[in-house]
Amino acid sequence: MDKIRITTPLTEDVIKKLHAGDRVLISGKIFTARDAAHQKMVALIDRAEPLPVDFEGQVIYYAGPSPARPGEVIGACGPTTSYRMDDLTEPLLKIGLKGMIGKGDRNAHIITCIQDYGGVYFAAIGGAGALISESIKSSTIIAFEELGAEALRCLEVIDMPAIVVIDTLGNNLYHTEPQKYKKEPI
Amino acid sequence: MKVIAVSTVIKAVKEACIEMNFLVDPMILNGFETALQSEASKIGQGILVDLIENARIASTYKAPICQDTGMVIAFVKIGQDVRIEGGLLTDAIQEGIRQGYEDGYLRKSIVADPILRKNTNDNTPGIIYYDLVAGDGFEIELGSKGFGSENMSRSKMLKPSDGIEGIVDFVIDTVEKAGSNPCPPIIVGIGVGGTLDKAAQLAKHSLLRPLNEPSKMAHIESLEKRLLQAINDLGIGPQGLGGTTTALAVHIETFPTHIAGLPVVVNLNCHASRHKKIVL
Repeated sequence: MDKIRITTPLTEDVIKKLHAGDRVLISGKIFTARDAAHQKMVALIDRAEPLPVDFEGQVIYYAGPSPARPGEVIGACGPTTSYRMDDLTEPLLKIGLKGMIGKGDRNAHIITCIQDYGGVYFAAIGGAGALISESIKSSTIIAFEELGAEALRCLEVIDMPAIVVIDTLGNNLYHTEPQKYKKEPI
Repeated sequence: MKVIAVSTVIKAVKEACIEMNFLVDPMILNGFETALQSEASKIGQGILVDLIENARIASTYKAPICQDTGMVIAFVKIGQDVRIEGGLLTDAIQEGIRQGYEDGYLRKSIVADPILRKNTNDNTPGIIYYDLVAGDGFEIELGSKGFGSENMSRSKMLKPSDGIEGIVDFVIDTVEKAGSNPCPPIIVGIGVGGTLDKAAQLAKHSLLRPLNEPSKMAHIESLEKRLLQAINDLGIGPQGLGGTTTALAVHIETFPTHIAGLPVVVNLNCHASRHKKIVL
């Protein structure tokens, strides 16, 4: 299957053409944030204070990398499980976030939000942290440094591999694919 | 009487922490390769190929297998004729973890308080279980447990009359609800019997057993086989994106229990099943 090359920030046109099941190679800037950084950002939004990044059209990668060894850009940097961010995602979509990269299914509310706000959800392969780090060319902490691995980072990536799992129409690979292979108990 | 210096323990634990996070267990790698031959889903096949490539890259020590380098679990078996010299054994194990996670550039994922959540910045404490045995043997079964899969684990106090069918239903329900979250293909560790806490400890320990080394008890071995088949028939597949490879193995450990109870704990582990045995 051919892989589709996309570049961040994501435009409406690009998102519309992505379908659940497409394999993509992502290039450009993406931002890492997981549980603690999400809590902090949502608190800032609640207080109407400015965020460290303008998320318009941007992509958040749910990840907390391991430290870089000397001479390396970053350590392992695979995705963390996305459902933990389900209750903290809508405020970011509301201010322009378009893409999320993680692993695992999202709840029904987030799937509706992805449709309503015109977003897209990608899966990276969980537990392939060494492989994914090969596509990361730079890593800079831009906020919440005190959170260590959970800090908000800007990563420059070239051809980072991912799969479209929930597209902007709400098609969800986590629901459709396993059904094809499920065998009824004998 | 055998004497073991704490410095020997520190060094062994440190080296094991680093090694298990960079080198994929050969039996897991073999599991990926075998699964690749039988996996029905094209997406699933692609994921298995990537996991094999990930293992190759990690083995060059550029980056660990997975960024979640886990919480360290140590099952220590110490002979009564062993004397630890130079300090406390518990301190030595924690120091080995500290040095391994620092020198190995592994992620520090432990917070000092579950509510206040401030990182300890050295990945300690690890969780240590001691078993005092006869003789002068000393071994540590070490594991580093990722939490994507830990979070999907469950316990249930079944009724004795629920029996084997009750266990099967609970295990299958747990794996099905976990779906894509624990990073399939998974290893399923199950503890049956004892008390609530004993069953959890058995389930955790079973995850450290070499892959596909079946239980030595015939009725448990047959339950392991039945569950593995039933889990792979769920269709969840690699990463939950559909397929015929959901679990690489099912391991069950049991313990005597009370006439009124049938405790069951299902502890899931991701494919990055990291463990190492230290014998001194």
